[in-house]
Amino acid sequence: MSVIQVNNVSKHFGALKAVNGLSFEVQAGQVFGFLGQNGSGKSTTIRMLLSLIHPTSGSIEIFGHSIQSNRNKVLEEIGAIIERPDLYPYLSAREHLQLFSKLRSKKITSSSIEDTLIKVGLQDRAKDKVQTFSLGMKQRLGIGIALLHNPSLIILDEPTNGLDPQGISDIRNLIQHLAKEEGKTVLVSSHILSEIEQMASHILILHKGKKLADGPIQTLLDPNKMIVHITTTNDAQALQVILAGSFSNYLLKRAEGIYLSIPHFEIPLLNQFLINAGVGLINVESRNSLEDYFLQLTSNTN
Amino acid sequence: MKAIISFELYKIFRRPRTYIAFGAIAALIIVIQFGLKVDGQSYAAFLMKDINDTLTVDGKVLNGYLICYILLQLLLVHVPLLVALIAADMISGEANLGTLRLLFSTPFTRTQWVLGKFVAASIYTIVLLIWLAFLALFVSMWVFGTDDLFLMKSNYVVLIQQNDVLWRYVGAFVFASFALLTVTSLGFLMSSIANNSIGPIVGTMSAIVFFTILSTLNIPLFSVIKPYLFTTHMNNWKEFFDIQVNDNNEAITGSILNVAKIKTSLMVLSIHIVLFVATAVYITKKKDILS
Amino acid sequence: MRYKLIVIFSLMFYATASFSQVDPLIEKVSKKLALVNDYVGEGVMKTDVSFIKASLGKVKVYFKKPNLLKVKKDGGISLLPKGGVSLTINTLLNTKQYSTIPSGTQVLNGKTLTVLKLIPTDDNLDWVIATLWIDPVEALVYKTATTTKENGSYEITMQYGAYANYGLASKIIFSFNTKDYKLPNGITLEFGDDDAAAKQKALKNKKGTVEITFNNYIINKGVSNSMF
Repeated sequence: MSVIQVNNVSKHFGALKAVNGLSFEVQAGQVFGFLGQNGSGKSTTIRMLLSLIHPTSGSIEIFGHSIQSNRNKVLEEIGAIIERPDLYPYLSAREHLQLFSKLRSKKITSSSIEDTLIKVGLQDRAKDKVQTFSLGMKQRLGIGIALLHNPSLIILDEPTNGLDPQGISDIRNLIQHLAKEEGKTVLVSSHILSEIEQMASHILILHKGKKLADGPIQTLLDPNKMIVHITTTNDAQALQVILAGSFSNYLLKRAEGIYLSIPHFEIPLLNQFLINAGVGLINVESRNSLEDYFLQLTSNTN
Repeated sequence: MKAIISFELYKIFRRPRTYIAFGAIAALIIVIQFGLKVDGQSYAAFLMKDINDTLTVDGKVLNGYLICYILLQLLLVHVPLLVALIAADMISGEANLGTLRLLFSTPFTRTQWVLGKFVAASIYTIVLLIWLAFLALFVSMWVFGTDDLFLMKSNYVVLIQQNDVLWRYVGAFVFASFALLTVTSLGFLMSSIANNSIGPIVGTMSAIVFFTILSTLNIPLFSVIKPYLFTTHMNNWKEFFDIQVNDNNEAITGSILNVAKIKTSLMVLSIHIVLFVATAVYITKKKDILS
Repeated sequence: MRYKLIVIFSLMFYATASFSQVDPLIEKVSKKLALVNDYVGEGVMKTDVSFIKASLGKVKVYFKKPNLLKVKKDGGISLLPKGGVSLTINTLLNTKQYSTIPSGTQVLNGKTLTVLKLIPTDDNLDWVIATLWIDPVEALVYKTATTTKENGSYEITMQYGAYANYGLASKIIFSFNTKDYKLPNGITLEFGDDDAAAKQKALKNKKGTVEITFNNYIINKGVSNSMF
């Protein structure tokens, strides 16, 4: 069942095309990773999903309802945090949850507020005002607000922002728990691509407002096409001979280092080619990861 | 809607800023009351200099009713600025804080949010006015006692019997609530335009000061626009304290000299409130939440 | 010359003698007033001054011999002509420190009244000259005009009813000249009030009156000094 369906959505701010003809679908139970560099349009898209921004064109359906015409009904089933965890500094964590519980038609009991505090690890700081919280704690409280009414769809924009490694791990586990154990659909964006790699079942890569790729993570990351980072005795000379030869098609444009997207069986041939050109190969590092896939796609577009 | 109002009221009354206005009003009133208690007779003598040349005024002129009138004259010029402090921050403050996107992604329409916030800000305004009424009227009545209201206007004196005063204050406070709600709605309009706290607060205060100056200047050029300025009408609560006289120059107890003026002012203020709030709703509905 | 001086002195003596002599009509009026040692008069007061808007108010007038007088509004603020109230007929005549000059008769409201002028013989008294219009038959004073040292001139007109036997009026009208009244807008905070000028015009009448209509007198039942 399709939870989110985005059809040819564009958003223009004057001459700037923040999102340009974007279409994608998120199915129930998926952890959908939303990837893109800063300014790629992912926050704009997320805001359009939450009707914070009106699309210039196109349509968005969530749970089969148009977000424009059935906004309140749709938002009742969504929990979200968008970018920074901005909260009221003069209120405590518990007050935040109590307050936001009033805005939901579902009855939220005080015990479920306490459960949420435990879920996001703020039970010991429940009485403290948010102005005394670290960014990580605010982020966790933001997630707590998003989860409070037990929504079917959770949209988390950069949820690991400002968290320490333990916090990041906790959030990752929480998202996986929500999807696997509670059957929630999660749309998560992050600039930490390795996080998405570990959490998401599906990804969408957005670049300059356009979709570059989307699909199941296993399909997108082709194990037969490896990205390698090579270290040679003379990188400048190696780059010259690669550019001049048949391996130039595999070369990825990077600011530093030599990266190639190359079938794994051609690595010995590359080694031989470099030796023949008088360049010694010191190290070949295989990086068949989402980050490399992402960088490969975006560098090609650049 | 009810949920939004209680949500907003909770926030308003948990914010330290809210109590600045309550504190400022209390401080101003107490200082003025103290001054008049200690040295009020010389103030009254100064006011009654011309009258005392001809007449002997016997009775408690400086009573709670007159003190309240003096306080309202002084404060109802400044209270709008205190109202602006909260009203003009209701939307833009949240935009600045970043919480607006949290609110607008809840299952309520933006119209509901703006109206809910306006109602909450209006309740705050009215509570502030009740606080003002309590201190200015009831505390003054308690401290200074009551008697007839001997009102010295610029060109004449009105003597209102004490049993004819209290309802006039009720009327004046109801009128003042319309005046202050106009400020609240103006603050709201400003708040819907900007994404920061300071701009709309300063903007609202500046607009009030600017239009008040236009309203008070007796320059023929401005007289044309004066009737349409809300600031011209905001001070007309005073009309409750002017009384009709019959052909024998006897004041008619329970009468108001210019009821039509009060009605017109209430209508002009109401139109302003509706226009300001409707515009705030329109702007908020149309705008993209980018903060 | 000597003859002339005798004539002048004789005339002066005659004049002095007639000045100091208390007029029999005043005696008659005083006799009537002497019946009242004290009173509390209850009535309605109307203040009619161009720049004052005041409603009718209930008042009590307290009097005690020889010249104690107080007007008190029944729980409220009262506006009375400055110094004028104390110069009612009782207070004027009870001092007994004056000379009278007969000034003929005058018809007032269809009544022929004897006009007498009173000149105080005590410098400490507040008034300089007073004119009384007296009905010689009823021995009732219908009008007084008093010029005071400090508070200008006042006219008091009286009408009589049920208490005429005691010389107590049923209605007293104090008339006096008023001065300009104006408070700066900066003090009243009445800015931009365009109607004010028009109102001022309408209230240009410079004559003020305070009217007390009595409906009851409590006579000689004792009034405490603390009332004054």
